[in-house]
Amino acid sequence: MSLLELESITKSFGAIHALSGVDLSIAPGEAVGLMGDNGAGKSTLMKIIAGNFMPTSGEIRIDGQRVEFNKPLDAREAGIEIVYQDLALCDNLTAGANVYLGRELKKKVGPFSMLDYAAMYANAGKLFAGLKSETRPRDLVKQMSGGQRQAVAIARTQLSDPKLVLMDEPTAAISVRQVAEVLALIKRLKETGHAVILVSHRMPDVFEVCDRVAVLRRGTKVADKKITDTSPEEVTGLIIGAIEAA
Amino acid sequence: MTDEPTDQDLRRHPGRGPMDKVEESVDHAAIDDEITSRQEVSGFGTILRTQPFWVFVAIIAIGLVMSFVSDAFMTERNMFNITRNMAFFGIMALGMSAVICTAGIDLSVGSLLGLCAITLGLTLQAGWGVLPGFLVCMATAAVVGLINGVLIAYLRLAPFVVTLGMLAMARSIAMVLSDNKMIYEFGPQQDLFEWIGGESVLGVPNVVWVLGILTAIFWWVWKFTSWGRWVIAIGGNAQAAKLSGIPVERMIVSVYVVCSMCTGVAAFMFIGYTGSATNGMGVTYELNVIAATVIGGANLMGGVVYALGAPIGAALVELIRNSLLLAGIPALWQQFFVGLFLILAVLLEQIRNRGGK
Repeated sequence: MSLLELESITKSFGAIHALSGVDLSIAPGEAVGLMGDNGAGKSTLMKIIAGNFMPTSGEIRIDGQRVEFNKPLDAREAGIEIVYQDLALCDNLTAGANVYLGRELKKKVGPFSMLDYAAMYANAGKLFAGLKSETRPRDLVKQMSGGQRQAVAIARTQLSDPKLVLMDEPTAAISVRQVAEVLALIKRLKETGHAVILVSHRMPDVFEVCDRVAVLRRGTKVADKKITDTSPEEVTGLIIGAIEAA
Repeated sequence: MTDEPTDQDLRRHPGRGPMDKVEESVDHAAIDDEITSRQEVSGFGTILRTQPFWVFVAIIAIGLVMSFVSDAFMTERNMFNITRNMAFFGIMALGMSAVICTAGIDLSVGSLLGLCAITLGLTLQAGWGVLPGFLVCMATAAVVGLINGVLIAYLRLAPFVVTLGMLAMARSIAMVLSDNKMIYEFGPQQDLFEWIGGESVLGVPNVVWVLGILTAIFWWVWKFTSWGRWVIAIGGNAQAAKLSGIPVERMIVSVYVVCSMCTGVAAFMFIGYTGSATNGMGVTYELNVIAATVIGGANLMGGVVYALGAPIGAALVELIRNSLLLAGIPALWQQFFVGLFLILAVLLEQIRNRGGK
């Protein structure tokens, strides 16, 4: 059964139709690549799933239940976590502090409640180990590589044990070696039963980790194919419009 | 490790074959060692890299020089004066550290000291006791901080402009309320009031005790409370803090309230110490407080805070003043040197940041 289903999602901003009648579904442990040129509607669709926008019309279902996201917190509570493109990390804090930012663990000492560093670092360490990342919880994020920062951002999402992780351009602007690290992280998420939506411009990344690819063009979905049934050439054609639909 | 490299290894090190693998594992051990030892170094190194440490070294150095320059310097009386004078600024700087940690600024603290002096003085003059006086003083501070904070957090006005406006308004209200008169009648508990601000316990001025206790509380807050953690996070990346579900606006309001309330405490002690309240109190104190905060290691770009930085910065500022005086340099030069050290502190911060990257 599908974990997340979108049915004929439409979003208009005044006279502009950012999305018209988009369907998308994703199963647990599945990774779907969401591709399209700038302005094709990728970010709008992402923001609808993340609860930033309400769709003008259409339905969102999670585990078959209809849901409405009025704000990002609603989406988070429904089991959707987002890894933002700019990663939304605090450089001046440690990796462990970033993982627990906004939901710090506390312990009681007499009448006082204090941050439980030991527990947070230990758990963050376990999350990093679970992602097979070598990131150390006590290191400052400021000193980290792009790949390690991604690991921190992804580890953050694991705290609430989400069903679906939405990733916005996680491999843009990082080195080749770090891309490999991030792709390993995505595979790890799939292995642990998470659904992943990967928004990316990078064809090789989508073909390496995704099971399916959905292509948006001018607000409509023009293709939704298994990775094994398509090719980078076809997807490129679909994105730029050389191929009408597939 | 004779088996083939796993998928993971190949992905992490694309282009490396099985032969490299052996060498790799040896490398890892060496790297691990290096990392462990480096961490130990960085434990000590972390202290070496903090500004308060170097300012503390500077304080010791100036103190050593001064003890040769002037016989009066190392006397108990002078030490007592220095620590008492710095404590008023130190208390205010503790609050200012919180504001500066969010990349904000509060220019209204000097005027607020004057306003608190008047509301406190009027309350005591009207025949109330010390406790009601203290509550009125703190309430005045809280209201001013609340106005600053709401304008900055919710209306998104620049902290510089809001608090500059408040600098003028608070001073003006102080003048209106006081009818431009000095207050020196402090009601039925005048003796107790002046004892709290002006006297000492175990040879240490009361205001220094207050600074010490507040510093300890702030140290705890920065290190062990989520309020402290969130303020630091907001200074590092307000957008990220917001996305993490931290109530950024409410936090910013609270930071300005805390800063103002520290000034309220300082005002309460200061009036007791001077034995009179005028609406001109605290003029240009914002300079000394911001200087103490920045010299103590706060970064105006936000995200850096040390509880110990406030008293250490305030100590250096006061030490400069005291040293100039004892060295026979005219008092007219004092603000020049406070300003100079402020600029030097920012310069030092810049250099250290460049070195770190």
